Amino acid sequence: MGEIESALDQALAMIARADPALGEIVGLSLRVSLTATTVAGLLGLPLGALIALGRFPGRGLVQVVVNALMGLPSVVLGLLVYLALSRAGPLGTLGLLYTPTAMILAQSLLIAPIVAALSAAQIESLAAEYDELLRSLGAGRGRAALTLLWEGRFALATALLAAFGRAIGEIASVMIVGGNIDHVTRTMTTAIALETARGNLALALALGFVLVGIVVLVNAAVFALRRVAERLAPA
Amino acid sequence: MSGILPARIEGLGFAAGGRRLLDGLDFALRAGTRTVVLGPNGAGKSLLLRLLHGLLAPTEGRVHWARPDVGRFQALVAQRPVLLRRSVAANIAYALSVRGMADDLRIEAALDLAGLAPLARRPARVLSGGEQQRLALARAWAIKPEVMFLDEPTASLDPAATRAVEAIVGDIAARGTKIVMTTHDLGQARRLADDVLYLDRGRLVEAAPAARFFEAPQSASARAFLKGDLPW
Repeated sequence: MGEIESALDQALAMIARADPALGEIVGLSLRVSLTATTVAGLLGLPLGALIALGRFPGRGLVQVVVNALMGLPSVVLGLLVYLALSRAGPLGTLGLLYTPTAMILAQSLLIAPIVAALSAAQIESLAAEYDELLRSLGAGRGRAALTLLWEGRFALATALLAAFGRAIGEIASVMIVGGNIDHVTRTMTTAIALETARGNLALALALGFVLVGIVVLVNAAVFALRRVAERLAPA
Repeated sequence: MSGILPARIEGLGFAAGGRRLLDGLDFALRAGTRTVVLGPNGAGKSLLLRLLHGLLAPTEGRVHWARPDVGRFQALVAQRPVLLRRSVAANIAYALSVRGMADDLRIEAALDLAGLAPLARRPARVLSGGEQQRLALARAWAIKPEVMFLDEPTASLDPAATRAVEAIVGDIAARGTKIVMTTHDLGQARRLADDVLYLDRGRLVEAAPAARFFEAPQSASARAFLKGDLPW
């Protein structure tokens, strides 16, 4: 009984004094997942627009593949990226395995399909609404796509938040391609797993609180976005 | 630069799924008049506007405008206003920008035309139905169309909002834009029409000046259609 209580006390104390070891891990996690979310946005939003608006052979197939990738277990994705980056793999010469860049790559690939699939659905419904107006005004295809992305900005921001939420709480792929190396690739999730196994409950709990706090913040942001959208840009 | 009017419509037809929705329409559109397209539901009125505007390609016949490249001389206002999720002024600015004619003075003029200047900064999609349709009219007028197509612009509005929209349509016509509109409201047709195109089941049954159409319809179909109107 005393063990858990003292771990709890220590965890709160670590957060209160902004413990540097804690801060380092939280910082790396945020850097990796935020960068991955940015990359996923840069890949996923255009891909979503292309799926929603494109008229090319194989469009249906692309849509099915992207939707399927949304459900890809992160451990499998981690394995694939590991194979690609390992010394014998096609990208082995880059020497990226066990670096934050490898983790960013893995998480980007993990969440880009989420962004693409959610934005494709959103843009498709907006296209149905605005198609006649855009054609009447004479907007070109590029202009039309940018317009629809902007019209869907609140829903697309929500998709990015969902993608970030998946990335920050994910462990399997960053564990495999990052290796959980202290001071280099140790994220909140890999650290929690390790410290729990080692019996260092204080750090594990402190990290757990921070992680839950971030997830709560993300959901609060989604909620706030929805409220703002209802006020400024009702559907 | 000469305009796109007059337009000659020759043998215009449209078929979809094996059904002829419009068949063999011949008429002309002249500058300076307000043309109202009347007819029962399913007559093909909205379809006709979309063919004239070039949103759909006819399957038979054609529309001869007085010059090519007509899209930028036309505008469309739909029954349900399709507004962007931005401010009132930004909706007008967007249309001007797409047409490559960004112009702040024109935005102000369009807002004044529709009586929307006090609402310029408001999000467009929280406006009332009548305000939204006035904005759609202002946006369409802002791009200086020679011809404006209106598809039942007051069908979902209350009487006060309907009158406001009619006044703006009258203003737009008075400032030199050719109006081609459909309506189900015969009172509105009487108030606004200079000439009438009467459609029934995809065919043009009558094309006449409004006074003659309402006083002495030539066809049995039009007589029955007008009788369905409430007596004054």
